[in-house]
Amino acid sequence: MSAPRHFVPLARLLHWLMALMIIAMLFIGAGMVASVSERHEWLLQLHKPLGIAILLLVVVRLMVRFSTRQPPLPADLPGWQVLAAKASHVLLYALMLILPLLGWAMISAAGDPVTLGNGLQLPSILPAHAQTFALLRKAHGYLAYLLFLTVLLHLAAALFHAWVRRDEVLDSMLRGKG
Amino acid sequence: MVDPSSPPRRRPLSAAQLTLRLAAIAVVVAGLAGAFAYVNGTLDPQRLTPDALVNVLEKNNGVHPGFRRNHSKGVCVAGYFEGSGEAGAYSSAQVFKPSRTPVVGRFALPSGNPYAPDNSVPIRSLALRFTQADGQQWRTGMNSMPVFPVGTPEAFYQLQQAQSPLPATGKPDPAAVPAFFAAHPEAVPFLQWIKTAKPSASYATETYNGINAFYLVNPAGQRQAVRWGVVPMSQDAADAAPPQGADFLEQDLVKRLAAGPLRWQLNITLANPGDPVNDASKAWPADRKVVNAGTLVLERTQPQDNGDCRDINYDPLILPNGIEGSQDPLLAARSAAYASSYLRRTSEVNPLPATQESRP
Repeated sequence: MSAPRHFVPLARLLHWLMALMIIAMLFIGAGMVASVSERHEWLLQLHKPLGIAILLLVVVRLMVRFSTRQPPLPADLPGWQVLAAKASHVLLYALMLILPLLGWAMISAAGDPVTLGNGLQLPSILPAHAQTFALLRKAHGYLAYLLFLTVLLHLAAALFHAWVRRDEVLDSMLRGKG
Repeated sequence: MVDPSSPPRRRPLSAAQLTLRLAAIAVVVAGLAGAFAYVNGTLDPQRLTPDALVNVLEKNNGVHPGFRRNHSKGVCVAGYFEGSGEAGAYSSAQVFKPSRTPVVGRFALPSGNPYAPDNSVPIRSLALRFTQADGQQWRTGMNSMPVFPVGTPEAFYQLQQAQSPLPATGKPDPAAVPAFFAAHPEAVPFLQWIKTAKPSASYATETYNGINAFYLVNPAGQRQAVRWGVVPMSQDAADAAPPQGADFLEQDLVKRLAAGPLRWQLNITLANPGDPVNDASKAWPADRKVVNAGTLVLERTQPQDNGDCRDINYDPLILPNGIEGSQDPLLAARSAAYASSYLRRTSEVNPLPATQESRP
């Protein structure tokens, strides 16, 4: 059985859907903490349910990832780029999973109700504890910046594959039957 | 079948093509990074941010690690709220039903200096957190004045800036605050009130007003604009002797609570159509209908440096179903700035409190 040349359609759908959601999420987060206007409030009300949606989707996505075969990287890719590609993907998946959990945990540690709008409330996942809150809140902010940088790197690498190397890496996420 | 591991070799790019393509990648990445830097305020230094609001309070009052950046001096209280059921027609919130809801509150002085003498300001504040049986919470911060001096966070920020010490003298410009009020006629109702306001000898004898407008939402989805406040139910005569020392309020509270619980009636004032719901500097006419929503009963007090109120952020937009924020721009600003203050002070908890300033 030959290696696939494209990601399966479900993996591609999840990738592009989550790409939009995560970029939106990063901008929403950066905007809300820098605003005192009513934007602060409605961005916060978007941020929380969107974060939980990303958490659910990344679980599905990891299951899809581990149950399907991925197209291999080009054989002539230099070793350091192979390493960078693998490490950045591990980092992306880890941050997609950790950031929503950190957000949920920090609201819990602040003793605040974890509300998603429309009366939907999630249970607290940590007891209220001020020092824990401060630690988690800072980690949430710093790791969000790390995710943004990793997303920029991922975007730059994808374009490098498409425009400079002109290999099939970007194409494998854009189209194909599987 | 094509082996993907050996793709057809493409013609190498010329130096000009390569440069152009790398530049195009750089433009895409820089565009996204630039948009992000604009959104997070880095490229928009004029924007009023939550941190800027808290910074000016720190500049005016000094940084007191562990303490709230405003209303720094205070005391924790606890008790319950007993709903009358009368507000149930206007709001589906569980807190208004005729049952008890536990409350953790905090009385405080409206200053960023945790060592301010109690008679230094004629205003006292009361923050409350109601925890409903369904887990939803209602948090509110109220003050003893009837209106806020200004209606917008920008004006509040400028008022704080007018009180900032100047680098040359280390003191605020004495002309700055009068100049601010001359340019802000919306402050007239507040200034008229404060002219006759005296520092009270007790937290217990004060009325506390929520000032900002909110909406009550009933099960049918009807929205009613309201303001709320608590009125003391036993108006005793103030102590004959004027209070001594800088910290008489907490001593008075401890003494009174030792003798029995303190009670306030929670009044909810219903706006008429056309009453301003977006401007806390404007009072509503006195003839508006008032609903007695129930009784606040405070039974216990704790020092703020280890009491239950210490780690609560009294964010006015933490609301149960049945209560919603209004268009009042101060609400979002308070929520945003309190979050900044909360992160700062919770980051400052020292594991060895004996060697540090006690923290609220």
